[in-house]
Order: sequence, then C-alpha cells, then structure tokens
Amino acid sequence: MAILVDENTRVLVQGITGREAATFTKGMIDYGTPVIAGVTPRKGGQEVHGVPVFNTVRKAVDATDPNVAVVSVPPAFAKDAVLEAIDAGIKLVNVFTERLPRGDVVQTLSFARQHGARVVGPNSLGIVSPGKGKVGAIGGPVDETHLAYTPGPVAVLSRSGGMCTETCSLLTVNGIGQSTAINIGGDPIVGSSFVDLLPLLDQDDQTRVIVLFCEPGTVQEETVARFVKETGYSKPIVAFVAGGFVDDMPGTRFGHAAVIVHGDSGSVRGKQRAMREAGITVVDFHSEIVAAVREHLDRMGA
Amino acid sequence: MRLFEYESKQILAAAGVPVPPGKLIGTPEDAAIAATELGGGPVVLKAQVLATGRGKAGGVRFADTSQEAQQVAGEMLGADLKRHTVEKLLVETKLDIAQELLVAATFDEIAKSRSVIASAAGGVDVNEAVEQDVGKVEQLLVDSFRGLQPYQAYTLADALSLPVGSLRTVQRVLLAIWKVFVEYDATLVEVNPLVLTRSGEILAADAHIEIEDDALFRQGKRLAKFGIELREDKPRPPTTFELEASKIDKEDYRGVAGRVIDFGGNLGLLIGAGGGSLTAFDAVRRHGGNPANYCEVGGNPPVSKIYRLTKLILSKPGVQGLAVITNVFSNSRVDFLARGVVKAMVELGIDPRMYPILFRSAGAFEEDGYAILRKYGIQYLGRNISMDQAAKAAVDMMREREL
Repeated sequence: MAILVDENTRVLVQGITGREAATFTKGMIDYGTPVIAGVTPRKGGQEVHGVPVFNTVRKAVDATDPNVAVVSVPPAFAKDAVLEAIDAGIKLVNVFTERLPRGDVVQTLSFARQHGARVVGPNSLGIVSPGKGKVGAIGGPVDETHLAYTPGPVAVLSRSGGMCTETCSLLTVNGIGQSTAINIGGDPIVGSSFVDLLPLLDQDDQTRVIVLFCEPGTVQEETVARFVKETGYSKPIVAFVAGGFVDDMPGTRFGHAAVIVHGDSGSVRGKQRAMREAGITVVDFHSEIVAAVREHLDRMGA
Repeated sequence: MRLFEYESKQILAAAGVPVPPGKLIGTPEDAAIAATELGGGPVVLKAQVLATGRGKAGGVRFADTSQEAQQVAGEMLGADLKRHTVEKLLVETKLDIAQELLVAATFDEIAKSRSVIASAAGGVDVNEAVEQDVGKVEQLLVDSFRGLQPYQAYTLADALSLPVGSLRTVQRVLLAIWKVFVEYDATLVEVNPLVLTRSGEILAADAHIEIEDDALFRQGKRLAKFGIELREDKPRPPTTFELEASKIDKEDYRGVAGRVIDFGGNLGLLIGAGGGSLTAFDAVRRHGGNPANYCEVGGNPPVSKIYRLTKLILSKPGVQGLAVITNVFSNSRVDFLARGVVKAMVELGIDPRMYPILFRSAGAFEEDGYAILRKYGIQYLGRNISMDQAAKAAVDMMREREL
C-alpha cells in the first residue's frame, strides 16, 4: 500500500523553472510519477521537460488537477507559495525550500490544519514509495533512486535527506526493501514530524517495521517515545540517533538548523534513553539498523 | 542571533515596555559618571555578554555609591565570564523588588505554534520553569494569523495574582513582547525577571531576545535603527583554521563545504553532509579515532571548493591521514569529490599511494569518480561498505601508521 505517495500521485511543482526544481522534475518524470503542471509567476506558457508552466496555482489546478505540490521557491516567498497551494485545494504539500523563518512555518501549518492539508518539510528532499512513485528530489536521478530504494516492508522516516537515501541503500544492499521513505526535513519545526506520520504507517499493510533516523536537537524523539508508550503503538520501531558528540558541545550548531543541544535538552543521550524506555529498538551504530530490522521481521515471520 | 541585554531593552522600550533607567559604559570612570547621573544612589552593574547564567557567574554586581561603582566596574571590565571577555557594562538604578515575574514569547515545537508564557515565579530559567513547575507557569498558544488579543494578554496577567493596579501594565508588556516577537522574527523574547517594585511599578529588569538566523535577511533594516549590526553567534571565538574554511565556503555559494570545526586530532575528515556528517564523525570517534576536524560536504559543491578545503585540512598541523566518508549521494557528484581531493594532494606534493587516505562515497557519477581514484592509486569503498565500516577502516589505517 505505502503512504502519501503512490501510483495515483500527480505532481505540481512551484518554482519549476529554477535549476534545482527543473532537475528533480525530470527525476520524478523518469521515475514514472507524472508531473502535470508547474508554476512560476510571469513564466506562464513556458514548458520545463514538457511540463506546462502557469502563472498561478489556481490556473494550474483548474487546468490539470494535481494532488500533490512541491514547493521550491526562495525562502522569502515560500510561505506564500504554500498558502497558495493549500488555498487552491491541494492536500499534500512537500516543501523543498530550506531556511524558512520559523514564524512563516507555523503560519503555513496553522493554515494547513484549518484546510485539512498536510505539509511535509520544509527543508525536505521529499517522499518515495519505491516502485510506486516519488515526490521531490529524494534519491536524485532515476538510476540512483532505483539503486538505493527498493520495494519492501520497511518504512524509513529521516530528519536528514542524505541519510534517508543512505539508510534505504543500506537496507537494499542487505536485501530489505522499503514501503515509503520520507525525509521529514531538518528544521526545528516541520509540517510532519515523526509522531504525525506514525498513525499513517500503523494503518499501512505494507509497512511491518519502521526505521527512524534521528538527530540531536528538538523534542521529536522524546515525543515519539511518549506517543509509543501512551498508545501502545503496535509496529516495531528501530531508531538510530546520529551525532552523539554534539552532547559534549552545547550551543554549537551542526548541519541542520535544528541540530543544537542546550544542556540536556535535545541531547542524544536523552533521546536514546527516552526511546529505549518506550520499548523502541535503539541501535548505537547506523549499520546495526539492518540486524535490528531483520530480527523484528523474522520474529513476525515476514 | 542573540541580542545583548542592552540591545534587547532598547527594542522592548521602543515597543512600550518600561525598563529601568540605565547607561551602557566601557570604562570604570564612565561607570562612576553613569551612577551619578542615575541619581547617585545604589546601582546594579551588569556584564554585557552573550552567555546564560551570567548572574551566578559574577556578572551582576551592586554598588551603593558612584565611587564604589567605579571600583566594581574596574573589577568586572576585561574579566573573563563564561568564555567571554567583558567589554561593556549596563549600569542601572537598583530596583526595590517586591516580586519577580517572568513573561516570554517563544515557539512551542510540539504544538508547532507561537506561544506566550507568564509566570509569577520569575528570576529562574524559563525552560526550567516550564519543565519543573508547570502549575505556576501559564502558557497560551497563539494562532499566527489572529495574533495575541488584548483580552488574552489581560487573562494571562490576571492569572499571576498581581495587585489589581498592575494588571493593565502587565497586559501592555505582554502585547509589546508579542509585537516584538512577531515583527523581529524572534525565536525568543524573554523578560525575566519582570519586576514589581515596592512602589508598585512594573519594570523589565532583564531582557533576552534571539532573532532567527534564517530571518536575518529581512531584519537588517529594523535592527540597524537601533545600531545593531548582523552577526553570527559562536560559542567560542573561531580558530584560524575555522576562519579559513568559512572563507572558502563564503567565496562560492554552490554547495555546503566549509562548516568546519577544529578538533585537535590527527585524522583529517571530509564528511557529508548534515546527518551524514553526524553519523560519520560519531563512527570515527566510537571506533577510537582522533578527528582533526569536522567538515561537511554536500549540496553538490564544485571541484574548486572541495580542492581548497582538502588542501586546508591536509595542511593543518598534526594531520597525518585523511578520511573522506559520505552517505550515498543523491544530488552531489562523486567525481567532483574525487577530483577535488586528488587535485589537493597532487598540488601539495603528496603521493596518494604513500599517504594514509580512505575514500567512501557512492551515488551520482560514482564510476567516473572511482576511475580518477584508481588512476592515482587511491583505495575506495562504495555503497556495499557501510559508513561505520569505512570509519573503522580509517581508524585502523591510522593505527597501522602509528605501529
């Protein structure tokens, strides 16, 4: 089954005439996911890889009826682009743009809640349901995407885009495929955090085990631990928390905007402890994900 | 970007928050003059450093006379406070405190919303207050489109059990904090303590504003009105090595390749990026390796950038080997990475066949990249070898060298 993205996905790309957007538009088309419209103000009438460009989302939606939007516009315009997509009735918006001010993010999320829409990102490379479809830049060109991502029973949720691909590649190399892989985005506040996606994966027949790629900073992992404990979440979760060394360097930001530890808040140690207490399998080395996933699959007779 | 107390107070005062009379000074003599101008009575001298826990570390002191203010300022100025040198002091009239409150505006990451916080127990860390004593802390999630409404601010003020005469002022303070929080793209606006004096005045005794780095592009003008220049927060002054790396990154906007942090070890690292660098760095350390640096590579940087960074790392005193470990690239190119590394070695006159180097990368243009590495006799690992195994191999490589 997979979640969010499948064979019925029809994509609109906002900012499609940009260099990166044009590149990943081709990546999606080659992967077999129809990109049916693009939007760039003042560039209506042009084409990018054969995809018609419109001036506004409204016009694009009226003409082509997409069900997912990917936003790849400069940070200063990203909030408006997300609001425009949601206002035009699109229910899933993947925000590729990074470095969005937090105030803009919470505003788009408030708007999304009011309209029953879901945002994935910002600072998200996208979503892929191997063999079914992909949204955004995730996996890169089609050949690379196929090498790293293969269909199977494991859902991967990752705060890092690069490590989403690395984690799926690691599983693929070891003969384990994936149901859906999502780069939720590396920012302090994202539209779909781990805990927002777990209920969807719970309902997904294809997903047997869930892998979380975690990083220092934020309270996402702690929130997952609490959620799993409180709800008695049914599917096994394997988690890896990168960046243990960041614990020893409070106040220093590494990589993503959210990767910063203040005292014990957001520390890797704290996250590992909380998730272990909730019964989540926490591995110390990234490559140990394979054995942990396999053990869960074996136990379920999958 | 964290603002100094005096900067925060300027902004809050302009928005209508009452602050105590005060002066910013840089010499002991000016401290005496300031104390006299403030009426010659008791004053407080506060070190202007961007560090939390300043009070406990001796950064806040009192003086009863102008003469004493001069003496205390002499002791404080130039001193080291939490790894910062004290260069400026804020001299303010000492307040006759009846009660300390806390008011703040910040983001609630779980609720994904802006929020306003008020507490009758001020003076302590806001996060600690929220965590430890939930009952005493009032938090209100505020919808971004609607904003904090006057009745909401009044309701919050009313929950603090204050004298009735202070409620309107606290309401006004809350609305002003909200306005600053939104207008300045702050991630935190905190007045702690907000003081109720024995004579019934409400004053912001301390203030702390943090502006989101990713919003600085639209805050420059607003901050310039208060003479505040944009700057980068650093927990410690950067080393020469870090400055060089940062220069390389800034001179070419393409790709991330230059977020570098100096560590003292012997193994130079080119790792990437984001989560990949966190994973690789951890793996090297956990296998007993001794990194010379942290350096991210990602977002498809050009050959020139990789070459300059590799050269910088290889030239760093104490570096005796190099590990290039990345995740499977989606958008960066393996051949660019290989070419940059090789070019740096050749230029420095390092024979790649003799020098300890480990290369693990895969993804776009990997075959081209591997061909270059083969040509120069550099061993490489691909996607079938995990980042952990690569890290262990790098550590083993360094051990063999030491034997």
